[in-house]
Amino acid sequence: MTNGDLEFFLDPSRCIGCQACVQACAECGTHRGQAMIHLEYVHRPTGVQTAPVVCMHCEDPTCARVCPADAIKQDDHGIVHSAAKPRCVACSNCVIACPFGVPKMKTELDLMMKCDMCYDRTSVGKKPMCATVCPSGALYYGRREDIAAMRRETPVNEFQFGRQTVRTKVNMMTAPDMRALPFEVLDFLPWEGKDFDPFELTRAGAPDVAASAVWEDFLPASEEAPARCGSHCQCHP
Amino acid sequence: MRSRSAALIAGAALVLATLAAIAIGSGGMRHFDPALTGYALGSLMAAFAVGYRFTVWAQRPPSRMYFKRGLQLLFRRAGKSAPTEKPAPIPVPHGAGTLGFALARNFVAQEFIRRRGLVRWMMHLCLSGGCTLAFAITFPLVFGWIHFEPLGGDAEMYRVVALGVNVDSFSVHSVKAFVMFNLLNISAVLVLIGLVMAAWRRLTDAGERATQTFTEDIVPLLLIFAVTATGLALTVSYKFLAGRGHGLWAIVHMVAVVSLLLYIPFSKLFHMFQRTCSLCVSRYKKVGATGPRAHCIRCGEDFASQMHVDDLKTVLDELGFNYRFSGAQGEVHYQDVCPACRRGLLALNQGRTIGR
Repeated sequence: MTNGDLEFFLDPSRCIGCQACVQACAECGTHRGQAMIHLEYVHRPTGVQTAPVVCMHCEDPTCARVCPADAIKQDDHGIVHSAAKPRCVACSNCVIACPFGVPKMKTELDLMMKCDMCYDRTSVGKKPMCATVCPSGALYYGRREDIAAMRRETPVNEFQFGRQTVRTKVNMMTAPDMRALPFEVLDFLPWEGKDFDPFELTRAGAPDVAASAVWEDFLPASEEAPARCGSHCQCHP
Repeated sequence: MRSRSAALIAGAALVLATLAAIAIGSGGMRHFDPALTGYALGSLMAAFAVGYRFTVWAQRPPSRMYFKRGLQLLFRRAGKSAPTEKPAPIPVPHGAGTLGFALARNFVAQEFIRRRGLVRWMMHLCLSGGCTLAFAITFPLVFGWIHFEPLGGDAEMYRVVALGVNVDSFSVHSVKAFVMFNLLNISAVLVLIGLVMAAWRRLTDAGERATQTFTEDIVPLLLIFAVTATGLALTVSYKFLAGRGHGLWAIVHMVAVVSLLLYIPFSKLFHMFQRTCSLCVSRYKKVGATGPRAHCIRCGEDFASQMHVDDLKTVLDELGFNYRFSGAQGEVHYQDVCPACRRGLLALNQGRTIGR
C-alpha cells in the first residue's frame, strides 16, 4: 500500500547535477543495477544546467495505450510499471510516444524498463531512492503541506502539450497560482535553419543558460538577460 | 461493437475449425476416445476464448498497426520501397528469412530470456518446453488424431496411427515404448523443475515480490502445478497403487486441465499468443533500420525510423491523443521531437514559468 499522504514533487531548476539520484536509482529492487532516472543537460552547448526526469505516472498513460502487447500496466495506486517481461516485444512504441521521454529500451534485454517510483519502497511507505538522496530538493517526496511551507513555487500535475492535456501523479513545481504547466515546443525549435539560441528568447527559462557562472565570465553585464518570467507566467501580473 | 462482433465470429470460427479437425482427423470419430470427451469440450471452449481474446487484442490500434505492417513487409520483396512510399536505400533480407530466424531465436530458443537472466531462461525453458511437449501429446490423443493399436494381433507389438496413416511400430518392451508411454511423465518432471525455480524467484526476488499479484503471477503457477501433480498422481495410482483412486484423480486432473485451458486466454499466459506480434516487430525493426530515418526537429539526431514515427502519429490519432502544437511559426507534431529533447523541454518550460 502506498502512503496516500506522500507525493512526489519535481523541481528541475534546483538540480545541481550531482548524479546522486542516478547512483541511488540503480539500488532499487525492481530494476536492480539499472538506473531508470534521466539526468539531462538542458542545453549543453550554452550551459551546464542539468535536469532530473522521472516518470510522471500519467493518469491516462500514453505509453500503455500505444503498447501493442498490453505489457504496460497501471496499478490501483496510479503507478505505471515497467513493461511486463513476458509480454514486452521491445517495439519502442512507448519510448517514442511518451510525452516526457521517460521509458528506456534495454535492447540487450529486449525489454522496456522505466521508473516505477521505486515501487518496492513506496509500496511500504518508504521514499523513492532518488528523493532520499537528492541534496538540493529537485526531487522531493513528502507531504503537500510540508513542501508548501518550504517553497514559494506551486505544485501542478497538469501539462498542456499543444492540444493534449496530460494529468500526472507526480507534481511539477511551477510559478505560484499556476494550475497547469503550459508546455511550449515551438519557441525552442531552430526555425528556418537557425539553431536554438536561449539568449534570443525573453528569458526562455533554461535554468542557467544566461546567468550561470560559466557564462558570467564571458558576458558583459549589459548583455545578461534579465531575470524575469516567460509569457505564460502568472506570478508577476 | 464492430470489434466485438468480429471477435465473436473469430471465436466461433476457431471452434468450428477445431470441430472439423476432430471429425476429420479422427476418421469420422472412429478413433475418438469417449473417455476424453471432457478434455475435448474444454479444448473447444478454450478455442473460442482464444479466438475471441486474440481478435479483440489484435484490433487495438497499436497491435493492428504491427500486424498490418508485418504482413505488408513479409510479402514485400527485398529492396522494394517501404509502405511510407519512401525508397529504402539498402536492400533488406526477404521477409520470410527474417521471420524464420526470429521464430527460431525468439520462440524455440527464447534467446531474449537468456539475455535477461540465465536461471530465468532455464526456468522458462523447463516450463514452456514441458507444457509444449504435454500439449503436443495430449491434443492429438484427445482429438483422435493419433491412436495406438496392436500390430497384426500381436499384443507385444504396437502400431502408431496418425491421421489414419501408419507412422511407426515398436515392441512394448523396447526403449522406444518406454519413452513414448512416459513422455507425459517426462514433461511433468520438466515442468516441476521449472515450477520450483519460478516459486523460488517469486519468494526471494525483492523486485518481483513488490510488483507481483496473486491473480496475475501466482495463480498460473498454482494451476500448472495442479495439472502436473494430478497427472503424476494418475501414474502413481496405476503403477504403484494398483489403480486405487484412479477414477477420482482422472476427474480432478481433467478439471485442472480444463481450468488451465480456460485461464490461458485471460491471463499472463496469453503471452504465448501475443508474442506473435514480436515476429512482426522483428521484421518492422529490420526494415526500419535500413529505410528512411526520422531526425529530431530540435536537435537533428536520428532517433527512429520515419515509418515508426509516421505510424505512431496514426496510432495516437486513433487512440484519441493529439500532440500537435501550432503557432505563428507553423505546426509541429510532438512525435517529431526526440525523447531526449522532450526531457530537456520539460526543464525549459518549467524554468520559463518560474523565471529561472
